[in-house]
Amino acid sequence: MSDYVLRLDDVHTDIGDYQVLHGISFNVPQGGVHVLLGRNGAGKTTTLRTIMGLWRARSGAVVFKHHDITAMHTSDIARLGIAYVPENMGIFGGLTVQENMRLATATGGFDDGRLGHIFELFPAMEKFWDKPAWSLSGGQKQMLAISRAIIEKRELILIDEPTKGLAPSIIRAMIAAFEEISRDTTILLVEQNFLFASSLGRNVCVIDDGRIAHSGRMEELVADKDLQTRLLSLSLDAHQ
Amino acid sequence: MSKPAHIAAMFDRIGGVNALPVVLMIIALPLIGSFSSWVTLTVAGLAMGMMIFLMASGLSLVFGLMDVLNFGHSAFISFGAFIAASVLAWLAAWVGADSLTLNFLALFAALGAATLFGLAAGWFFERVIIKPVYSDHLRQILITIGALIVSEQIILAVWGGSPIPVPRPALLEGSFVIGDVAIEVYRVFAFFLGLAVFIALTLVLNRTRIGLLIRAGVEDREMVEALGFRIDRLFIAVFMTGSALAAMGGAMWAGYQGLISGALGGEMMILVFIVVIIGGLGSIEGSLLGALLVGLLGNYVAFIFPKLALASNMILMMAILLWRPWGLRPAVGK
Repeated sequence: MSDYVLRLDDVHTDIGDYQVLHGISFNVPQGGVHVLLGRNGAGKTTTLRTIMGLWRARSGAVVFKHHDITAMHTSDIARLGIAYVPENMGIFGGLTVQENMRLATATGGFDDGRLGHIFELFPAMEKFWDKPAWSLSGGQKQMLAISRAIIEKRELILIDEPTKGLAPSIIRAMIAAFEEISRDTTILLVEQNFLFASSLGRNVCVIDDGRIAHSGRMEELVADKDLQTRLLSLSLDAHQ
Repeated sequence: MSKPAHIAAMFDRIGGVNALPVVLMIIALPLIGSFSSWVTLTVAGLAMGMMIFLMASGLSLVFGLMDVLNFGHSAFISFGAFIAASVLAWLAAWVGADSLTLNFLALFAALGAATLFGLAAGWFFERVIIKPVYSDHLRQILITIGALIVSEQIILAVWGGSPIPVPRPALLEGSFVIGDVAIEVYRVFAFFLGLAVFIALTLVLNRTRIGLLIRAGVEDREMVEALGFRIDRLFIAVFMTGSALAAMGGAMWAGYQGLISGALGGEMMILVFIVVIIGGLGSIEGSLLGALLVGLLGNYVAFIFPKLALASNMILMMAILLWRPWGLRPAVGK
């Protein structure tokens, strides 16, 4: 139990009249990148939002370390050490890069060492430090969203489709950044880009129709083309 | 560079939308013909604009941050006006005294009472009326209009249906003369009070952490919560501030008009909504710009084309929305 940073136990979530999650259960071990894969509408984003308390689980349990966070307020969940990077990045366009980052700190001040590390990972953040966030490109906004998530020490970062709409060169930079970040932080990554996910992920859960259809080591899924086709309607070759 | 692009670049060079009130003043001067009349109308327009800004700025933040359509906002304006009138009437001896200190104390008491009432009523309104209907615009409209009707009936019950006079402290009475231009002291005071509130709001929004949270919350409330902040507590603070500013604006307007009736809030609310819409939701700078344009245009048009006076603000709103559908200075860059 203590090896897991996050545990979902038979989680059911409804959105309005529709049941989206039908008893999701999985564990996220400490450290590394763990991937949630699945087709469009399978329930990946709903899973992340349920963990974050943005949508309430109707039943089941979400346990973060030793805390049952199933019914906790989103802000309390965040303060426990979970950062969330939504699919739309959640950037405040009217605020500068600096202000976006400052909001993600507990005291409003920066740790110089951490900030320097972020500037090494994403030099654009230093370059556009005082620019309004709306003026950044899509890739730079994604970098800002991730920088904001790591500006302070977090136990777990939930990231929803970070490569959506990004150029291959930026995706390569993201891979390098995620490898670096995952050395001291656990990442739960929702992704549809299998090439990106497979290059980073240690473990994988495949969600289909609101249920866990498969879970295991990423290398097993990469090696089994039939399984990929059956679960995801794709193969790694098709993306290469 | 094409001709429209050249005009746009030139417009940006002279200050962009921020320069619109100045552009309006310059256009009005030859149309009015007399410099002294122009100064009088301009000062009146600026003072009126600042009082409308006081009433509108809170509503704009409430709209932008909380996504709440508060049609009951005018109740705070009315209550602010009536409470200030009552306090001034009660302190009649200080109001008319030949002492600046007593005059100032009476003014401070009237504005303070109205503002404190706005804070308390804002807290009650948010907790009891608004909170149950978050995320439901139709119910918000219905319940806030209902609350407005109840508020108007309370005003009728307490202060009666007849218009009541509002005494002005002696230090704000009269005019001072520069050349052949007479400028009312009250208008100058209203302008500087509005300017002080604008500067204070701008400093809070741009230099403090709570201001940063409000600006972020206007854009994406959910993300503010995901960063670890309780947006509901921010909602109460913003709603109370907006209500207090509306009450302060109502108190100032009461002194400006000299005679108030229960219809005051409803009448001002049309202008307030126009200001919020043309300024851009959630934007304090936009509210100021919109309020100054409404104030100046209203005064100029009433002098130059009296028959168009009532329609002028609607025409202004249509023109600005056709040009910039998100308003002059929306909270988020478009």
